[in-house]
Amino acid sequence: ILRQRFCHQRLPEKPMGIESQHKHLLELLRRTAVHGESNSVLIVGPRGSGKTMLLKCVLRDLLEVKDVNKNVLQVHLNGLLQTDDRIALKEITRQLNLENVVGDKVFGSFAENLAFLLEALKKGDRSSSRPVLFILDEFDLFAHHKNQTLLYNLLDVSQSAQAPVAVIGLTCRLDVLELLEKRVKSRFSHRQIHLLSSLSFRQYLDNVILQLSLPPDFADAKFFEEWNDSIKNVSEVLHQVSVCKPSIKPTDLLEASRVCVADSKANILHGLSVLELCLIIAMKHLSDIYEGEPFNFQMVHNEFKKFLQRKSQSIYNFDKPVVMKAFEHLQQLELIKSVDGSTGKIHKEYQLMKLMLDHNQIMEALQKYPQCPTDVKQWALSAFG
Amino acid sequence: MVRYFTRLRVRRVYKWDGTPSSFDRKLKTYFFDSLNISVEGQPGMTTVTPGQYVLIEGDNEDNPFVAKLLKFFGDESNQQKKALVQWFVRVCEVPHNKKKLLGRSPHPQEVFYYLGHTCDNEIDAESILNTVQVQYVPVDAPFPEPGIKDTLYVKLSWDTKTFKDLDPALMQDTPVPASTPPRLKPASPCSPPAAALVSLGSVGRKMPTPDPMVMRRAGSVSRTRGPVSASKAGNNEAESVHSAAKLSASKTLSTKRRGSSGVTPGVRKKLQLSIGDSPEKIMSRKDGLCELLDEEVDSEKALVTKLNSSPRSLHHGYSLSPVRSDHRPPNSLGGYPLKPTSIMLDRLSPTALGEQDFSRDMLLGMAPLILEDEVFEAGLPTGTAKTPKKRQATPRRKYFHEKATTPSRRKDSAMTAREPSLGVLAEEDSESSPMQLVVTSSRSKRKSAQLVASRIRKQLNLMGDAQELHSDDGDDDCFTPSKKDLHHSSEEDLEDEEVSKSEETAGKTTRGRLRRASTTPARTPRKPPSKKATPSTPRTPRTPRHATPSIPSRTLPARKPGNVLEEARARLHVSSVPESLPCREQEFQDIYNFVESKVMDGTGGCMYISGVPGTGKTATVHEVIRCLQHASDMDEIPTFRFVEINGMKMTDPHQAYVQILQKLTDQKATADHAAALLEKMFSNPAPKKETTVLLVDELDLLWTRKQNVMYNLFDWPTRRHARLVVLTIANTMDLPERIMINRVASRLGLTRMSFQPYSFKQLQQIITSRLNKVKAFEEDALQLVSRKVAALSGDARRCLDICRRATEICEHSAPQPSSTGLVGMSHVMEALDEMFSSSYITAIRCASVQEQLFLRAVLAEFRRLGLEEATFQQVFVQHRALCRVEGLQPLSVSEGLAVCQRLGACRLLLLEASRLDVLQRVRLNVSQDDVLYALKADRA
Repeated sequence: ILRQRFCHQRLPEKPMGIESQHKHLLELLRRTAVHGESNSVLIVGPRGSGKTMLLKCVLRDLLEVKDVNKNVLQVHLNGLLQTDDRIALKEITRQLNLENVVGDKVFGSFAENLAFLLEALKKGDRSSSRPVLFILDEFDLFAHHKNQTLLYNLLDVSQSAQAPVAVIGLTCRLDVLELLEKRVKSRFSHRQIHLLSSLSFRQYLDNVILQLSLPPDFADAKFFEEWNDSIKNVSEVLHQVSVCKPSIKPTDLLEASRVCVADSKANILHGLSVLELCLIIAMKHLSDIYEGEPFNFQMVHNEFKKFLQRKSQSIYNFDKPVVMKAFEHLQQLELIKSVDGSTGKIHKEYQLMKLMLDHNQIMEALQKYPQCPTDVKQWALSAFG
Repeated sequence: MVRYFTRLRVRRVYKWDGTPSSFDRKLKTYFFDSLNISVEGQPGMTTVTPGQYVLIEGDNEDNPFVAKLLKFFGDESNQQKKALVQWFVRVCEVPHNKKKLLGRSPHPQEVFYYLGHTCDNEIDAESILNTVQVQYVPVDAPFPEPGIKDTLYVKLSWDTKTFKDLDPALMQDTPVPASTPPRLKPASPCSPPAAALVSLGSVGRKMPTPDPMVMRRAGSVSRTRGPVSASKAGNNEAESVHSAAKLSASKTLSTKRRGSSGVTPGVRKKLQLSIGDSPEKIMSRKDGLCELLDEEVDSEKALVTKLNSSPRSLHHGYSLSPVRSDHRPPNSLGGYPLKPTSIMLDRLSPTALGEQDFSRDMLLGMAPLILEDEVFEAGLPTGTAKTPKKRQATPRRKYFHEKATTPSRRKDSAMTAREPSLGVLAEEDSESSPMQLVVTSSRSKRKSAQLVASRIRKQLNLMGDAQELHSDDGDDDCFTPSKKDLHHSSEEDLEDEEVSKSEETAGKTTRGRLRRASTTPARTPRKPPSKKATPSTPRTPRTPRHATPSIPSRTLPARKPGNVLEEARARLHVSSVPESLPCREQEFQDIYNFVESKVMDGTGGCMYISGVPGTGKTATVHEVIRCLQHASDMDEIPTFRFVEINGMKMTDPHQAYVQILQKLTDQKATADHAAALLEKMFSNPAPKKETTVLLVDELDLLWTRKQNVMYNLFDWPTRRHARLVVLTIANTMDLPERIMINRVASRLGLTRMSFQPYSFKQLQQIITSRLNKVKAFEEDALQLVSRKVAALSGDARRCLDICRRATEICEHSAPQPSSTGLVGMSHVMEALDEMFSSSYITAIRCASVQEQLFLRAVLAEFRRLGLEEATFQQVFVQHRALCRVEGLQPLSVSEGLAVCQRLGACRLLLLEASRLDVLQRVRLNVSQDDVLYALKADRA
């Protein structure tokens, strides 16, 4: 059941913590549906703050109202899918089931399409035609379309005595209004619903408990009891341990969270050969010396050779081509990156590179590295090569 | 649409036919009876006579003007060929805003009788393209099937303001001038309205002489015939392409011939189809046939008797009136003895009385249907069988309408009264020699008709046989005999015609013509239903070209606003149209004067209107246009057409041409073609032209690199014949200077107007006027809103939105006992906060611990660097340090990056592309003070 709850994004019975927004939006849409009043609204909130959940809840509630059910048309658009107005228009036509009007005639031009749709929307007036809900996911991406034609027209319809529409934009950008052109902006009603998780940690915890605890009608009553108790325990521990929300979790959750938050870069470092590690250390020293200035292979090689000359007991003296190979491998792993894009002109060895790693990452990796030669470790720790 | 010959760009040669029929000494003009138009490269020659309907070259190639010729005249030197016409207006020539007066969707081939005075009804005869068929359709009758391509239908008259029911008499004959010779007098009593309209018609005419009048009358009598022959001669090739499949009423005969000669069995099939597939589409048509054939027999027989009687009587040389009176009795007689049922009578009467009103006939036709449904068990099949019959009646009626001089609506009394006049006409015909030509042409026609008739007869016989094969009783006889009889009648008819031909007397020919007219419909009805039935089935997949899409209408009516607040909200919605536009009186007056003067003078001009969004530019212009249209309705100024395009509502600047063209003439074209057409339209003089007012909204979007769209838009008004007024709207005041090149800007001219943002007083006035006595707002609250908005932008839309939001807030807080039900200061404040407050601070406050920490790290790093930019790596070092200070476990780089990305997605931070990883640069999107404030408040 839990898996079902988490994996299939089932709607919660009622939205948590955003009751006021829910009420507001529901009221707004209800007016569009029932009174035929055109509206436009933006739902703004960071990713994962439940914008879509809110909207879906509202729509569900809206459709439960009896006379609304058969009365509204919904058009869902996503800025990631409908990347330009042409596609968006086609999608709108499809979702409004207007193709049966045009038959299977392939839509001629973009212009024709637009004119067609506008005509369609203009036909209706406030009282006679069914309200249409335009739901624009990733609203900010629509603002990047050329001339913002689609937005202008949708909002213009919502501002004039044409078919009633409700334009609902979902976005995570707080500055989305600045993206709109002044004409478009003027036509937008400037209603914004902000979804910001203003929950305190306590509320957050309660929410988690609620989500995790099993419904009372679970088959195995005993298991149900145990489970809920353990959940409570976990949350207690959670409460004690963590102040920083996203990261630390106790016992069972710890492992999962570690997987979640694991540093991929560090993992890559673990898989490197000693030689490559040495190169990275050399690079680290270089960037220490020159304070983050880029370096090239020759410099790294020199540094590496200096190291070898000083304490070359454990590491075999590699040939230059071998070192070069290792260097290229690092480049492939994107642990180092060339500063400028043009790779063709300059000889490989003199290409300027930058290390993409943090000191701590390197150190951490070195600590964990199995059978790392001690002198290498020492070299890494030493202040200057 | 049928492409007329303009497309082919052929040269036409116009020649007067015959000698001048009369000469007006005062005006030194010769009057001619007909005009020959021969098209180069084509053998045929079209003869146009007064009274015919012609297409006249206009600015719209696909839809030439339609007019009825009144007379031809030319000057002494024979250089100029002029013609007087009565205009008809096509649907697309009616201004858009007037179309709704029609109250229904216009038929594509509908034309309106033009009663206006603004158009010169004297035209150059050489602009005549071709003849066309115009049919009068009674107002309450439906249009015939749209399959007929070359025929136009007249229902209503149009006097530039309203649609009126067209008096059929107007259509039937040309207006009779006051100086009509006494022998034509009999015509007036039968069509009294015609007399009333006479004066109107005679206004345009300068010196009516009796002879042309007679000619005209004669022409009107032979109108049906004339066009047929003419169009046959001229249109032969076009027909072969277009009308092979379609049935055109004007070319019934030729088509029929073609169809019959081409596919003999095909026609038979069609006939069968017509019986089976008539509207109801009943499956068991065979059974039905058997059952209903009994009555059919009778009816058909009656019909036959009627038909037989009518030609015979005609043959005897009686005028039409006896014919009518003759074949009425036989009908009823034939009906009663054969099967003495009242139903029979009912059914017979509609079929027989071709001259009765169509609507009435429909009613009658329906009544028996119902009756029969009750009486007979196989009610539906009867319906099927009858529907073709009904149709059969309808076309005939139309023929009568055309042919008979008096409206067929009139009762028999009127008929009889009219007939003498017909007789007189016939006599006059015989006197007039030029008529001979028409006669001859019709004669050739008749020959073909004979052929057709014989062929049809054969087919029908065949069909009869076939039917006899698969049905048993004498029921079949009902069809076969009837058809045979029909053929007899037509045969007789043809014989008559032959006789008349041999006699060579014009009087006879006309009578023969009349008679033939009466019989042809009797024959044709067999066809029309069939042909109509067949195309209807395959045509279904084809979609209409101008599909009018619409959002499906809602199942439930929209609820009316309930309380005061809702009422106020409805009024405050931007979309609601206010009664007046306060605070824009000056601008309104300026624009009004500008447009009005241009419309009055018939000149062109441009105007540029600028202003920030939401200052009522478009609304004002619309208001102006509304007022002007009202004025033109009141006859204060000439009529004009209004076209609006919006730069935002098109995908490409060049689409402007397409949209303008479509709104002007309802035709679609590609951008280039549309531009060419418009160019032609605006640069060429046309006989009737109204001023066009073009509103170009969001002008700046019509900008192209070469600026040719703008150039054209501003160039057209300067043409002499354009009569175009262009009003352009854009946001920026200096648009002409900024983006237009010199030649465009200079053409735009200096007529500019800028709309200032509303001041708070104006905004307040706007809201109050919108609310219009609905008491929903406190005075202070209104003032607060308007002051706030005026200080910020002066955008009326914003102002209205805030008010609307405030009403909502008020409604939600209504349960509180303290509130008075009015929107108070607190509500407005809340709404304003919602709309104007920056969300960044709240967003920062609600961010997670690590996010806040990261922001602090960013700030610290900025302070350290003294720059407003830092790489992630640098910030991250700070972040770690902060973590340690705060006693939190430091994050790994990946986590740190994730935090950074989240902030970036909210646009609290501006980030470089994330592939730069650790090195991506970070900037703040909010001011540092804001962040500090938010974070501090958070801590506190």
